[in-house]
Amino acid sequence: MYTQLVQPDDPSGEGGPEAAGFEDKIDRGVTIEPTDWMPAAYRKTLLRQISQHAHSEIVGMLPEANWLTRAPSLERKLILLAKVQDEGGHGLYLYSAAETLGTSRDEMIDALLERRAKYSSIFNYPTLTWADVGAIGWLVDGAAIINQIPLTQCSYGPYARAMRRICKEESFHQRQGYDVMVTLMHGTPEQRAMAQDALDRWWWPSVMMFGPPDSDSPNSEQSMRWKIKLFSNDALRQKFVDQTAPQADAIGLVIPDPELRWNAAREHYDFGTPDWNEFYEVIRGNGPCNRERLAARRAAHDDGAWVRDAALAYECKHGVGA
Amino acid sequence: MSDTMWPLWEVFVRSAHGLAHKHVGSLHAPDAEMALLNARDVYTRRNEGVSLWVVRSSDIVAAEPDTPEKAFRYPTYFHVPEGVKHL
Repeated sequence: MYTQLVQPDDPSGEGGPEAAGFEDKIDRGVTIEPTDWMPAAYRKTLLRQISQHAHSEIVGMLPEANWLTRAPSLERKLILLAKVQDEGGHGLYLYSAAETLGTSRDEMIDALLERRAKYSSIFNYPTLTWADVGAIGWLVDGAAIINQIPLTQCSYGPYARAMRRICKEESFHQRQGYDVMVTLMHGTPEQRAMAQDALDRWWWPSVMMFGPPDSDSPNSEQSMRWKIKLFSNDALRQKFVDQTAPQADAIGLVIPDPELRWNAAREHYDFGTPDWNEFYEVIRGNGPCNRERLAARRAAHDDGAWVRDAALAYECKHGVGA
Repeated sequence: MSDTMWPLWEVFVRSAHGLAHKHVGSLHAPDAEMALLNARDVYTRRNEGVSLWVVRSSDIVAAEPDTPEKAFRYPTYFHVPEGVKHL
């Protein structure tokens, strides 16, 4: 998004006058822009966070794309196509934001394909039925919105601006997912069972999307001080449960958590503990679809190589730069 | 696995007639024509604009102005005597 080269990484270490200026901007809520001085650790943490976010958008296209050719009606197909296309766009906004930190798009994509970079664990679960498309839009995009709205106010300008664009489009994703669930819940007993089954499988992975409990989230404190994380994992998770439980109730779906109940004293829902072992296993690459997802990304990258080569060759032959 | 990188382009969208083009983001493309096609798909999926510009990022010259505040450039700097109108 910016043309100037980013400054070389703070050779002076962390204590110079630039560091004080940086801290002052953070405290006053002034956004940090690509050409501003920033601590090496801030740059590194942001690059990891934004590129992981970008990878998640791109890999996230795969589970839903599984149902594009089998959508139950032409209208649902058009809606799902538009949604999946949005995710591709979100990935591009985020790669552009990450590039302003001085790392090329190619390097980031290589890191994903070589398993050096991560993406959201949720996309390593399979989409077994059409109802999964509903559950993903409603729960996964719903969780993403809760995560992302605070980031529209984060300290890094290009990231905050990308998040604003994304959040505008995200509520379409959540609504269309819930609408799929509503329609199924008004259908036959088999369709209602299919919707409930999708909720049963997607609930806990969605609850885990907010990351490990605050007690096991060692980097959070620094990120919160830098305002690149504005609420703790547990606070966001609580918000998600509070918001989603009544939505399930409203259409007769039962959230698969025996401990879930409204706590009038706290004015929040109490809820059970996810299986964190499962979460860490999926992160480590042992989820149901980790290999399949990366294989699909690699194949798409390799199969598209000739298009990139041809476009570049054409530009070299005919372009202004020739 | 690395590709030769396509150049970066900045994208500007005019959201309605009468407004100015506004910077909305950037993208990589091998040439201007493909940059425009990609910009259309990435930045105007919901009728966000009536006009698109793409500019090679390397062609933009930028600076951060550091001018002192000149309060007298604003009309509110000047005291208007009581009862004086249309000023």
